[in-house]
Amino acid sequence: MKELVIISGKGGTGKTTFTAALASMAENVVFCDADVDAADLHLILNPKIKLTNEFRAGHKAVINSNKCIKCGSCIEWCKWKAIGDTFRVDPILCEGCGVCYYLCPEKAVDFHENICGNWFISDTRFGSMVHAQLGIAEENSGKLVSLVRKEARKIAQEKGLSLILTDGPPGVGCPVIASIGGASAVIIITEPTISGKHDMERVIQLSKHFNVPAMVCINKFDLNLDMTGKILDFVKEQNLKFLGYIPFDIALTKSMINRQNIFEYDSNSKSALAIKEIWGNILKEI
Amino acid sequence: MIISIASGKGGTGKTTVAVNLAFSINTNVQLLDCDVEEPNSYLFIKPIFEASEAFLLPVPEVDEKKCSLCGKCSEICQFKAITVFGKTIMTFNDMCHSCGGCALVCEKNAISFIHREVGVIQKGHRLGIELIHGKLRIGEAMSPPLIRKVRSYVNPSNITIIDAPPGTSCPVIASIKDSNFVLLVTEPTPFGLNDLKLAHKVVKILDIPCGLVINRSDIGDHEVYLYAKSEHLPILMEIPFCRNIAKYYSKGEILSEFQPEWKDKFLKLYQSIKEIKNEGTGYYKR
Repeated sequence: MKELVIISGKGGTGKTTFTAALASMAENVVFCDADVDAADLHLILNPKIKLTNEFRAGHKAVINSNKCIKCGSCIEWCKWKAIGDTFRVDPILCEGCGVCYYLCPEKAVDFHENICGNWFISDTRFGSMVHAQLGIAEENSGKLVSLVRKEARKIAQEKGLSLILTDGPPGVGCPVIASIGGASAVIIITEPTISGKHDMERVIQLSKHFNVPAMVCINKFDLNLDMTGKILDFVKEQNLKFLGYIPFDIALTKSMINRQNIFEYDSNSKSALAIKEIWGNILKEI
Repeated sequence: MIISIASGKGGTGKTTVAVNLAFSINTNVQLLDCDVEEPNSYLFIKPIFEASEAFLLPVPEVDEKKCSLCGKCSEICQFKAITVFGKTIMTFNDMCHSCGGCALVCEKNAISFIHREVGVIQKGHRLGIELIHGKLRIGEAMSPPLIRKVRSYVNPSNITIIDAPPGTSCPVIASIKDSNFVLLVTEPTPFGLNDLKLAHKVVKILDIPCGLVINRSDIGDHEVYLYAKSEHLPILMEIPFCRNIAKYYSKGEILSEFQPEWKDKFLKLYQSIKEIKNEGTGYYKR
């Protein structure tokens, strides 16, 4: 079983649009949306949710005012400045480290398990999908990403599917690290802008750091051919597989508005043809 | 005054707005790039960095001669960063949140602190703007402490513009908390709207006045406008899609520097922000 994770470093380069497009060509596949902060793949794949699960992770401290003698020790210990002069814990600042709970001499601190969001197993017109929604302003996105990936793998095993397509988050931090560890390969989709190139370089370093093979394609390549050339040079320097170019195409935006992928919207559009070629190149590599 | 630029979805134009706003204000302005996973503002401001310092977090080191292997440290640690394994004690620095709990519970005084590098902080000037950013070390998962460090450089006598990371979880909270105003940047597409709603919820939880910038305002649908209307979210600026604007961005050039009419528009944007901030929530009731 192979898992391909689509990442980019920079946000908005087309990860989700690209993942949704691959859905029309990939066979024996389960989909996984690992962008749990701001998931969008469901807007195109339109999943019918079969199973909803709570995501519990970490704890939050709450001071019981009946027991608290206002000694102030917790305020001194708390590295997050989450406890104010009124001896109330700000749940947004509380990191869930448990120092106040374990050490309060009056045992006046409760430590509740935190419900941080939900995760779902769904059916789509292209196959099964595992996705999630992290609660607003919550923590533990990395753990939730690991969870949805594990569940996607389980489904692939149970149903004998050969491929997991994972739509990854932007950046290089916690949720991205959780998205790529142990994957067969990452597909980096970038754009020919100074930020697109800069962020691609960092995410390539990250995949090298975790020993995950990386392949690269360039979206909207015709918006700046000079920068496209520079990206291509960098990819070659790094001995990475270059998968191809996708042109700027208003049809991609229109397909999104119609809640379709590009092959459903217009399979002869220039971007659809380009993505088809890229998919052929991916299949040669895996 | 602290103005944060946020979005939920990546690639909607946060950096474009942050950089152009700072450039147009021009005096007594600082730009703090809190997208420490992928900081991009400096690619446009191009400052000469006058100072660069490593950002370190304390992590425990155990003196095995003093340690009695009682296991209290691993019991209090919520992050599995310190564990007793048979007759040895092991620390996992990457997991450590630096809460200091292990040292507080250690009865043998066996725990002291060493440092691990999370990233770097860099400071520079150009175009009348003070730019400060953090850059997360590749492979490091924990961005909020570095973001809080960048935030600590807010100079209250200046106008501070914060370029926030995408998403809705802890890195966004660390970036925009205690701002006086949040400017949400979106695009009029289903993905843009979905993530705008999430980001708007974050801003409502933090109870900060906010307004909207709609980027690539002419490619997409009308749903974002309907949402803004129903939520009384004032639309403070629209930026149409234009290959020239995209070209400036792709090369790392500041739009307002080359097209002065945009400098006027961004100054007007700044005036509207000041007006809303001064009127408080009263603005929304008119």
